[in-house]
Amino acid sequence: MAEQIQLEIVTPEKKVLSEPVDIVVAPGEEGEFGVLHNHTPFLAKLKVGELRFRIGGTVRYIAIMGGYAEVLPNKVTVLATAAEEATDIDVIRAKAARERAERRLKEARDRLEFARAEAALQRAIARLKVAEKH
Amino acid sequence: MATLRDVKRKIDAVKKTSQITKAMNMVAAAKLRVAQQNMEKFLPYADKFREVIGRLVAGAEQDGSFELMTPREEVKKIELVLLSADRGLCGSFNNNLLVTGERFMKAKQAEGLEVAVTAAGRKASGYYRVRRYPVREALTGLLNKPNYDDAFNLGRNLVNRFVEGESDEVYLVYSHFISVVKQAPTVIKLLPISPGVDEQAEGTSVDYIYEPSHQELLTDLLPNFVYNQLLSSFYETTVSEHAARMAAMDNATNNCKDLVRSLTLTYNKARQAAITTELMDIVGGAEALR
Repeated sequence: MAEQIQLEIVTPEKKVLSEPVDIVVAPGEEGEFGVLHNHTPFLAKLKVGELRFRIGGTVRYIAIMGGYAEVLPNKVTVLATAAEEATDIDVIRAKAARERAERRLKEARDRLEFARAEAALQRAIARLKVAEKH
Repeated sequence: MATLRDVKRKIDAVKKTSQITKAMNMVAAAKLRVAQQNMEKFLPYADKFREVIGRLVAGAEQDGSFELMTPREEVKKIELVLLSADRGLCGSFNNNLLVTGERFMKAKQAEGLEVAVTAAGRKASGYYRVRRYPVREALTGLLNKPNYDDAFNLGRNLVNRFVEGESDEVYLVYSHFISVVKQAPTVIKLLPISPGVDEQAEGTSVDYIYEPSHQELLTDLLPNFVYNQLLSSFYETTVSEHAARMAAMDNATNNCKDLVRSLTLTYNKARQAAITTELMDIVGGAEALR
């Protein structure tokens, strides 16, 4: 399986990645999905979670903070609000963020606060999960 | 008549001013470079986003099922978002933006519409505060480092107010960056959204599988379109601000140089006059002794 697919991850801050890969697995809102070369055109909303891809024998992980993925036969473009590769994640900061989010979740008084804390917690968990795999 | 010492003091003062303006010019140049780089980093995302939304819109039915895209039948209330810098000393930059906003407001008010203002930037909020014009939101610090969160927060409020009927149309005044020497204050319509249906027909022919449904995806994406437009206007205005300040400070430095030159001339003339007078005295004295 020599056929590769171009993976591109862009965020409002910068272009995170642009590389040919063998397979991409992305966290779709309705479930994880894998993409190989020659996939049918596909547009999906992504949730906060882990995106992984394989080049040759190495698998790399990227934490995605929600966004959209556009799949074309030879290209996958991920539009993420934010994205961090496992090697770039600051574990100490992520842990602190998780604790902070947990605390805020407990103290939340209304639904808006609760939703915000929950989203922050999800992001922190996704980051930590990805960081562990590095 | 200005004495020799007065002129000398004035020259020193102007020289010091020119040192400051020169430093500010260099700071602005450095900031401009960084801001421009940040703006360029945002471009791939913005382009891709526009492409995707263009395709989604092309496939959608224009039957008013998307509230954010449907023009209101009766437009009564307008919200104007005015972007400006937080700081001055950048020539006519802020003034240009404010004047553009004011002109737009006058035109709309003449049509009998109610115009509410959201001021983003210290100069804009100050302008309306002095005139006691009610401001819906006054924000500052957006342009120090444009980021997605600020655009998101402002955008969400705008969208909410639009949906709740507090505004029927939303416009934005920002500074369009054309080049380092040219920036144009521009008015664009934020809501209802009218994304240009993708011009490149190649994309529209692709038949996508959507997850979730086409309808849901577009509903979800539309507010993001507003956030992105805001963010890109933040970037452009920031770059424009630094470019304008750079030009203004360059001008100031040049003016200082001219001033120093003419003052030096005055100084030398006065000095020469003093010497001549003194000589006349001496010669006169010597003549008298003979």
